Amino acid sequence: MPWYVELLRAIVGTILIFSGVAIIAAMFGVLLERKISGWIQSRLGPKHVGPQGLLQTIADTIKLLQKEHIVPRHADAMIFATAVLVVPLAALLDYVVIPFGVTRWGPLIFRDLNIGVLYFAATSSLVVVGILMAGWGSNNKYALLGGLRSASQMVSYEIPMGLALITIAMLAGSLSTVKIVDAQAHWWYVVEQPVTFLIFIIAATAEVNRVPFDLVEAESELVAGYFSEYTGMRFALFQLGEYGEMFAMAAMAVTLFLGGWRGPVLPPVLWFIIKLYALIFVFMWVRWTYPRFRIDQLLNFSWKILIPVALLNLVVTAFFVMVVHR
Amino acid sequence: MTGEVIAFYALAAVLLLSGVVVVASPNIVHSAVALIPAFLGVTGIYILLNAEFLAGVQVLIYAGAITVLILFVIMLTEGGTGLRLRQRNEQGPIGVVVAVLMAALLITGVMHTAWSRAAGALPAYTPGAIGQSFLGPNLLVFEGTSIVLLVSLVGAIIIARKEE
Amino acid sequence: MLTPLHYLVLSALVFCLGLYAVLTRRNGVAILMGIELMLNAANINLVAFNKYGAPGAMQGQIFALIVITLAACEAAVGLSLILAAYRSLETIYVDEINLMKW
Repeated sequence: MPWYVELLRAIVGTILIFSGVAIIAAMFGVLLERKISGWIQSRLGPKHVGPQGLLQTIADTIKLLQKEHIVPRHADAMIFATAVLVVPLAALLDYVVIPFGVTRWGPLIFRDLNIGVLYFAATSSLVVVGILMAGWGSNNKYALLGGLRSASQMVSYEIPMGLALITIAMLAGSLSTVKIVDAQAHWWYVVEQPVTFLIFIIAATAEVNRVPFDLVEAESELVAGYFSEYTGMRFALFQLGEYGEMFAMAAMAVTLFLGGWRGPVLPPVLWFIIKLYALIFVFMWVRWTYPRFRIDQLLNFSWKILIPVALLNLVVTAFFVMVVHR
Repeated sequence: MTGEVIAFYALAAVLLLSGVVVVASPNIVHSAVALIPAFLGVTGIYILLNAEFLAGVQVLIYAGAITVLILFVIMLTEGGTGLRLRQRNEQGPIGVVVAVLMAALLITGVMHTAWSRAAGALPAYTPGAIGQSFLGPNLLVFEGTSIVLLVSLVGAIIIARKEE
Repeated sequence: MLTPLHYLVLSALVFCLGLYAVLTRRNGVAILMGIELMLNAANINLVAFNKYGAPGAMQGQIFALIVITLAACEAAVGLSLILAAYRSLETIYVDEINLMKW
């Protein structure tokens, strides 16, 4: 196809992904979080705005849009402004390689890269740089400390996540997400590899800074961590980045472990959405059930427990692939 | 003007402009942050050269890990207080002359060589083929690099450790 | 049409930018950033020669992959040396580290 048609397709795809993530992840996700937290704590969530509180996030967004935009004095204005762009951008780039379903003309994916899983790991690691920039550019000790701690946490948990991704790619024989979903025609990989699933879910929870790993942005610890000084629409963009990243991790877990869009009767996209929201419910359930780790317990857990377990899992899986499956 | 040529010039502009910011900015944090568009420009050039696996690895390691490492070291040493000091030493003019001479030498040498385009179709540089190559003809290099990685990991931890 | 000349000229320019940074900056971390730029320029050269010179084999890409790995090792060790030097000498400007100069 000529290059301007490809460019047009890229622009339309970008607008679709951004609006899709903004509505489903940020708006519904925040509302779902407040409702589920309410039900777990024996109270009702927001009920006032709209039927059953469904328009609550729209009201919140309108409130955030009309807040004053403050830049702290002596803050590095260029880095302060650029950090807001990097974090949501890296979170939205994750969605390029996730197959949402299958149609008559092929899989419903933005671009089936033959390095799909590697691309996902790479864009997840771009978020760390944005967080460091946000922490530095705020000229605030709490923000800097939160940024440094969050960056070391995310870098430490990228390694078990990468090892889990490699294990699944080895089983499926390819790094492409479409081929991994195709390889789950008989069993889902969660049945064959429960340990890998657990490692990926724990690493994904730490990558998006959620409880029990959210020391860096808990209100009682560091105000709000690396985005303490951001107001209004920039705060909303950081939240979009965080919730978008959580949904992207859940979507990748569905693709790798839960069979993607495979299912008996319903259309494939509906199965994908059902599995995605089931996993999101598990994430939110864990958030309101467990207390949080200290930073040194967190890093200990990653380096001394999770990485040896992931490596052992990789070796055992490689042994089985070489000996048993041939 | 095919799409490839436009993409090449756009990526080259991004790479060179952010390279100039890295090299010439008086603010060390701005230099470190400008490394990211430079590495992403190099990633785009790898994709133009049909090296997709290498492009993914470049983003993962360079833009995702080495930039974070550099930013950490800047913030743990005097990145905040040293911003107002002189960042350039007294070899400024000599450095410019040497760099320009080197660039002129390389570009002249390159332009006066007849680069014949080798015949042959491009094979698919898939990750599987790269893996087979690492366990086949390039096994020695692979094992040697693993040892170097282990040694540098242990060495970096020992050197940077606080004396107790 | 893109010829190998385009890529080689680009990589020569990036290499000389890195060279200028290594020669004229006082901050140790800035020197390391210049070295990383030089390594990237060499990688562009290797991959360009792989595509235009010997497309059948993939030696150029393997070489570039090894260079990326070794650049990561060298950045790690170099930055830990800068940290250790900062701890004992209180400076990272390389022209102030002159204790052993005669």
